[in-house]
Amino acid sequence: MSTAAPLRRKLFTPMTLVLVALVLIGLYFLALRFIYGMGAVTNMNQGYPLGIWVVIDVIIGTAFGCGGFAMALLVYIFNRGQYHPLIRPALLGGLFGYTLGGFAVIFDLGRYWHFYNLLLPWHANPNSAIFEVALCVMAYVVVLWIEFSPAFLERFGLIGIKRVLDRWMWLFAALGVLLPTMHQSSLGSMALVMTYKLSPLWLTLWLPALFVTSALTMGYAVVMFEATVVSHSFKLPSEFALLSKMSTVVGWITVGWLALRFYDLYDRNVLALAMDGSLRASLFWVENGLAAFAALVFIFPAGRASQRLSFLGAVAVLASGALYRLDTYLIGYDPVSNWSYFPSLSELMVTIGVISLEILLYLIFITTLPVLHGKAVHR
Amino acid sequence: MDTTCKPAIDFEASLGPNPDEPVYGGLSRRQLLKFCAGIAATMGLSAAAGVRMAEAATSAARPPVIWLHGQECTGCTETLLRSYHPTLEAILLDVISLDYHDTLCVGAGQQALDYKHAMMEKNKGKYVLVTEGGTPMKDGGIYCKVGGKTQVELVREAAEGAAAIIAIGSCAAWGGIQSADPNPTGAVGTHEVIPGKLVINIPGCPASPYNFLSTVLYLLTFGRPPELDQQNRPKFAYGRLIHENCERRPHFDAGRFALEFGDEGHRQGFCLYKIGCKGPETYANCPSIGFGDVGFGSWPVGTGHPCFGCTEKETGFRKPLHSLATVKTLTPPTAFPQVDAVKGQGLSTGAAAAVGVVGGLVVGAGAMLLKQMNDGKKSSADETKERA
Amino acid sequence: MTEVDRRSFLRGAGFATAVAAVPCEASAGIARPPKEMPAQAVGMLYDSTLCIGCKACVAACKAANDMPADTIPQTLAGWNEYTWDSAEDLSGRTLNVIKVYRNGTAEQKDREVDGFAFVKRHCLHCVDPSCVSVCPVSAMRKDPVTGIVTYDPDACIGCRYCVYGCPFGVPQYDFSSAFGKIAKCQFCSHLQKQGKIPACCDVCPTGASLFGPVKELEQEIERRHSAVPGTPYEFPRGKIGAGRPPNAASIPTYVKAVYGEHEAGGAQVRYLAGVPFAKLGLPTLGRASPAQITEGMQHTIYRWMIAPLLAFLGFAFLARRNMTREHTDDAPQS
Repeated sequence: MSTAAPLRRKLFTPMTLVLVALVLIGLYFLALRFIYGMGAVTNMNQGYPLGIWVVIDVIIGTAFGCGGFAMALLVYIFNRGQYHPLIRPALLGGLFGYTLGGFAVIFDLGRYWHFYNLLLPWHANPNSAIFEVALCVMAYVVVLWIEFSPAFLERFGLIGIKRVLDRWMWLFAALGVLLPTMHQSSLGSMALVMTYKLSPLWLTLWLPALFVTSALTMGYAVVMFEATVVSHSFKLPSEFALLSKMSTVVGWITVGWLALRFYDLYDRNVLALAMDGSLRASLFWVENGLAAFAALVFIFPAGRASQRLSFLGAVAVLASGALYRLDTYLIGYDPVSNWSYFPSLSELMVTIGVISLEILLYLIFITTLPVLHGKAVHR
Repeated sequence: MDTTCKPAIDFEASLGPNPDEPVYGGLSRRQLLKFCAGIAATMGLSAAAGVRMAEAATSAARPPVIWLHGQECTGCTETLLRSYHPTLEAILLDVISLDYHDTLCVGAGQQALDYKHAMMEKNKGKYVLVTEGGTPMKDGGIYCKVGGKTQVELVREAAEGAAAIIAIGSCAAWGGIQSADPNPTGAVGTHEVIPGKLVINIPGCPASPYNFLSTVLYLLTFGRPPELDQQNRPKFAYGRLIHENCERRPHFDAGRFALEFGDEGHRQGFCLYKIGCKGPETYANCPSIGFGDVGFGSWPVGTGHPCFGCTEKETGFRKPLHSLATVKTLTPPTAFPQVDAVKGQGLSTGAAAAVGVVGGLVVGAGAMLLKQMNDGKKSSADETKERA
Repeated sequence: MTEVDRRSFLRGAGFATAVAAVPCEASAGIARPPKEMPAQAVGMLYDSTLCIGCKACVAACKAANDMPADTIPQTLAGWNEYTWDSAEDLSGRTLNVIKVYRNGTAEQKDREVDGFAFVKRHCLHCVDPSCVSVCPVSAMRKDPVTGIVTYDPDACIGCRYCVYGCPFGVPQYDFSSAFGKIAKCQFCSHLQKQGKIPACCDVCPTGASLFGPVKELEQEIERRHSAVPGTPYEFPRGKIGAGRPPNAASIPTYVKAVYGEHEAGGAQVRYLAGVPFAKLGLPTLGRASPAQITEGMQHTIYRWMIAPLLAFLGFAFLARRNMTREHTDDAPQS
């Protein structure tokens, strides 16, 4: 197996500058949020108390960060060692997806200075799904940094510590699979409280199962996506052979997800709602259609063999998962009394800033730390 | 409201050569014109109408007025006499020819009655009949007799030759206090004694003198009554609820109520709804014009006592003083949040632009990436790697 | 590189499926039983037919809770000043609001067609509150004796999950402040502690908002429903049975139902009206409280933390074995 090494590329490119600019714009609006309150920067209102900062930055963002979860499951639990080269970049993606997702939680909280109350036993409320998500995500961020730390330890020559860590890494690997299972399913359970306010197309007791399965497929898909983009952008040898083998799993899990979803819709007799031609119905078909497309691509060898189709399939999984979460929390949601919501420009710029920061940090880390594999890296 | 006051009036000319000379029983021409302009304003008419009223009131052809009293306290007459600007007896007695008034006439006894009959004969078909007080109908109407005749007979007799009939006060309008439960005398309003004839009702206890005077002047000037509501009350005075014009309405709207006489809220002048004000179900213009010419707030609520609905047959002397009124609001005001109002901000141009730009970039980058890929063909580097 | 180990794959898959399967098997009975109302629960009876839309309760609530005037609502855009009653809905500054239902010419009060009616919106103090169930830091608490649902801003982290979860759309976050709190009617618990009654019930001139023990209010509802429309009736004002002079009026034609008795597990605030409740904007809800479902799901998956513990043991065993095996290989670690 070849060792990982920092990527030889310039740190300051036009792309970097654009990303920095977007991050700064986002930080500016964020400062306004802290000075004047959320109403000054967002369009969140009485009917829509949770907006894109929670749904996109946290819920979808952490789902995009499930690469570490997916790869740990495949490599450490199911012992598919050949996917080892994909672990570190996957963990890196997870690192930022979750750390910045956590950051987004903090700035979305209305009374963020009370955040520590979550950890105090006399305030904690284990009945709450959001409590479980908060604690689990906090723990998982720590686990992710520990799982990723070998890259730092190598870079700074702390081999002694690294050897100790290697002996215990199995513990963190196990946690790194358990914790995302718990909180990604709870992110689905969170939507259950909208018992009377969520469209039956999305409200189901299967929500935890659907969310965690979807998160898992998104984990693989994000690894495929990032690996493809990175290898093409920096002219590295493609990992397509590995990715292609992995994608069968994605295909079958997606089939399972779709089967569960449609069986449940049929069982509850709500499929008629999907036929009424409304915006919701259309988006319902889009999210399932994208998943079906991805499933088809990855089940059949012809699809798996095609780089283009595989890339599109990975994108479809990500888009389907993102849309599924957007639909569950924002679009399928019916506030009591007539409220409407669309994020404001400043609200969007903060989200774009967070995503830009994720990409920027990813680029910085792969350039300065031993993350990526491959002989070509040393070129 | 009447809008027939179109003819151009020369105000200077109508003042006449000596406007300040007292000619009308102590009133000067100027004072009379000012008074009539005020009356016209009360009715919502123009100043030109006021001038025409002054002319009608002083013309030689003005009709006489016959004034009868039934079951009453004479309060309506007294309240007319309490006006100061100008003193109304001047207007009534000298300007409008008040040929016979049960109370105010100088004569008494048979002499007075004979004079009344003579006036009625002489002006048959031309005089204005004003009735004050209720008419008892029970047992043949024996419970009110003047000069040996029952009030029923007197009213019917006088109504025969009247050109117009005005019932002043609640007693004449619908029966008043004597008609309160159990109404032992069978007291009714004038219009029930002479069905088939138009009786203009000016209810109130007492009726506002200016409502009465305005109606009379209008009648004299235009030869017809002002716009009347379904109970034949002039709309300019009885078209709106007291609740709609009350100076304490902001307190009602803000939920500030007096709970007892003399408590803190009462001293502050809060709304009297909770102690029984019937303003919300009573039609009258008391808050606007007051009584007694002593300035703003000279009406019951203004002095701190709840209105008891004296103009309304179902309310005055019927509903207990301190029971809650039925709020006869017309349709709710527009400034009320609706149950189904749509709220929240939708898509702004900036947001749409941002989403469009991001979407475009993503799609563009993706397309570029796809183009780079060799479909199905693996590069030699990959094949070498696989074999390793 | 190790061979594909089908057995370990299946074992791992089995664990993963087991974790996901638990809710499946229990889905039929996943909702936990509903909570019971405390024996001494206090509540409110709002009778829309008595309400005259004077909004004294809106003003009194603002005064009693030190709430500022609300922002200009979009629907009243012609105004350019804050007024005490410009609130168009519950918000971070308005805990209680009166709204109007109008139809057609809106001529007759409490008539569905061509009529109008008033409705009072505020916290219903549910028997099984969703907000209490979902708050991660127990900022929402239900008093075990009186049943009043209170809010503790010192515990609150502002996550707004309670806003999201309330089936009646009651708690509101104050987005206009950088240090916003959740705003929700707390039944004037600070006044009740002094022996007084909620400000809205205290000031209501007609007795449309009536305070009292829920049991007594239920009896009052029964009396009003069983009386013949048109008969004279003395409607109590303020607190039921406290002896204030009643409002002498007559029984109207009620919709023969009570809102708040069973909705979302039942509530301590009940509504009577002369028009259908849905027309007044009161949401049509089933009998289950959302808390029954969410807590049922959480408890099923995480009961005694058995499932996570077992899953962890399984993952740890496999991870340790796989990674130790790799250690013994000579391939360097990365």
